[in-house]
Amino acid sequence: METKDKVLMINPEKCTGCRLCELVCAVKHDGASNPSRSRIRVMKWEMDGVYIPMACQQCQDAPCMGVCPAGAISRNDELNKIEVDYDKCIGCRSCVAVCPFGAMGFNSIDKKVFKCDLCDGEPQCVRFCEVQAVEYVDADDVAILKKKEAAKKLHATSHKIALKKA
Amino acid sequence: MALNRKIAYINLTTGDIEVKPIPLDVRRKFLGGRGLDAYLLLNHSEKGCDPLGPDNPLIVSGGILTATCASATARTHVMAKSPLTGLLGSCNMGGFFAPEMAWAGFHHLVIKGKAEKPSYIYIHNGEIEIRDAKNIWGKTTTDAQWAIRDELNDQEVKSLVCGPAGENLVAFANVMTGIKNAGGRTGMGAVMGSKNLKAIACRGTMDIDIAHPVEALEYNKRFIDQITSAKVNKTQGTLGTPMIWGATNSWGGVRTRNFQYNQCEYADDIEPERIDEICEETMGPYHMSGCFGCQVHCRAQYRIPSGPLKGKYDEGPEYTSQGAFGGEPDCTSAETVLVGNHLVDQYGMDNLEVGSIISWAMELYELGIITSEDTDGLDLRFGNDQALLEMVERICFRKGKVADALANGGIQASRIFGKNSFDYLIQVKGMSNLHSDERATPGLALNIATASRGSDHLRSRPAIDLYHLPEEVLQKIYGNPVPYNGKLSSEHTEYVGKPWQVFWQENCYMGVDCLGICKYHTTFLGATLPNFEDWPKVLYYNTGLEFTPEELWEIAERCNMIERLFNLREGLTRDDLEKGDMLNHRYFDEPTRRGAPDVVGRTIDKEKFVRMIDEFYEHKGLDKKGKPKTKTLKRLGLTNEPSHML
Repeated sequence: METKDKVLMINPEKCTGCRLCELVCAVKHDGASNPSRSRIRVMKWEMDGVYIPMACQQCQDAPCMGVCPAGAISRNDELNKIEVDYDKCIGCRSCVAVCPFGAMGFNSIDKKVFKCDLCDGEPQCVRFCEVQAVEYVDADDVAILKKKEAAKKLHATSHKIALKKA
Repeated sequence: MALNRKIAYINLTTGDIEVKPIPLDVRRKFLGGRGLDAYLLLNHSEKGCDPLGPDNPLIVSGGILTATCASATARTHVMAKSPLTGLLGSCNMGGFFAPEMAWAGFHHLVIKGKAEKPSYIYIHNGEIEIRDAKNIWGKTTTDAQWAIRDELNDQEVKSLVCGPAGENLVAFANVMTGIKNAGGRTGMGAVMGSKNLKAIACRGTMDIDIAHPVEALEYNKRFIDQITSAKVNKTQGTLGTPMIWGATNSWGGVRTRNFQYNQCEYADDIEPERIDEICEETMGPYHMSGCFGCQVHCRAQYRIPSGPLKGKYDEGPEYTSQGAFGGEPDCTSAETVLVGNHLVDQYGMDNLEVGSIISWAMELYELGIITSEDTDGLDLRFGNDQALLEMVERICFRKGKVADALANGGIQASRIFGKNSFDYLIQVKGMSNLHSDERATPGLALNIATASRGSDHLRSRPAIDLYHLPEEVLQKIYGNPVPYNGKLSSEHTEYVGKPWQVFWQENCYMGVDCLGICKYHTTFLGATLPNFEDWPKVLYYNTGLEFTPEELWEIAERCNMIERLFNLREGLTRDDLEKGDMLNHRYFDEPTRRGAPDVVGRTIDKEKFVRMIDEFYEHKGLDKKGKPKTKTLKRLGLTNEPSHML
């Protein structure tokens, strides 16, 4: 599979809040059901009906990579992801503290940091999300797909206005 | 692993807490969830115990598959003796509570006694604490949940709570989690209230090891594809359950004006498409949400579109709210349905019972059995939306003579109202029927008459009976995993074969309730959905336990028999109108007045109905009185109950 420059594209509006992504992520990586092990987490504002899945953005200029005193975090250009070398990691959690998205986790059972590895090109969260709130797309396409979604809304609104006027 | 989840015995009077493992041989007999709850109830309650007394055990559980890598294992089950019926109390709800309880280390809680002051239970990674609920008592269901989160300083806590109705011991107060997930039926919220127990709060980060994770993941994908490809689930995922109400109303299967009609006219404003429109207008195009791990996402989100509560957020409404605040009281405004739904969610009451019982009171009011003097001037006529919503509030807070009587449930209220009020009450075993009218569907009528928790569709309803499936297809579904050599009929108006279908569905629904998965994931509304044949694999991949489909069938039979034993112990007798497997006389005497050509003019033929009950008992291994035969108990390994294995 061609994975170069593919990214997770999250559309929170579509998320139903079911957290199946959390379940399959933990089972895939750790063989256990436990959302606190999941690399993707759904943040919720229940009284507003708002659910926002959060995962690693695989930043170009990744703060976790910059802050790591052991040089354990690097960019894998092949898979367009940031990865942790556990042989070098000293478990200081600086990366957890610095990540602007809270995407670097610390597993208190295994005493290790952990983050999304895009399931080496076959993200399970994407595979299981029937409503496609999480998609795996070419980085170049993200903007155009967003444009299309936004345009669809504009179109629907103008259509409704036209209907009302008619 | 899922199988190392424990059972906790919590005594609220003494504060004693005891934690025990659940032995494998118990699992092999009862799996978990509702089945094991029934076993625990039979073993931990005394005959004739007061449902609102300290000795009535409140049992809370997840299924054996809860929070594993199986599909939609979100269901929480709650059981106790019911303050509404005096028989089996049992309710089941989606949401996120049971998985959180499993991650916190527990599958079953048995709560006894009564706390000295308002309290709540906090369970956190194997630790159980009884805490003061002084800041939470009196709050609505959602306010209580958020207050607990704030108090514990943890926004990930999931709570199961009772609302003000539970605190006021309304006999049909429910338990709730999240915005609208409700363990609606049989008054489990009142049992919580009677124990001074406002909530059970859980937070867990403990692994549930999956026995065969790779296979479990792959099989889950297959399972989900099967479930989401069923057309009925696709429709559920866009319109939610309101689509069922709309479809049923179109042919004449919903009660209207209590039981006077079987179809609601002028219902355009509460049709599923209209409700969906309101959801879209208030919440945008993506307004469906899901319970834990479920891809059906049948729960709609909405804000009340107009009126004094405009802008209030809620979820649903389920079709039960269309029935309760729409068809039954003949109030055909979307706003009323959405507001009614919101009120019962906030107060913590069973929408089904509330709508049903108010509609009954409306009929009594129009008949003059209760008067405007009794209602303190409230004009309790059918179609009076304001009176309906006012009554919801009055019942929750027991305001006034009529509402206070209704809050004790229909049978108790009928004793207070006197005259022939009881004749108009559409109930079985003391629990009101949902909004459906079963006069044209004998199979469905048998289901509500014999359901273990009273008049109810989620215990044994052969809903696919309405699809007119070819007999070969019916044989294929109902002839597995144990053979059935009798006749089955594609006609929903027929009597033949229905007892077997009801028996089969009873076992099927017990199966999913033991596993802890949702009924939309089995042979309930979709004929192609997984059942006994598929469950052994899910169980094996996730827990490592091996079962055959036949073994699972037998477990379901056993668990249903335990519920039967409980009901018999508490006074169930076959033909008793208050505590039996019997329908209100109106099913036999009043023909339907509306609906499709094959529905209008129908009653249930009493003789044939009695024969259906006989046949149903025969399938279950009961004698003519509805008591288990000795050989049946022997076959199911239940000769020695209560056996106190746990």
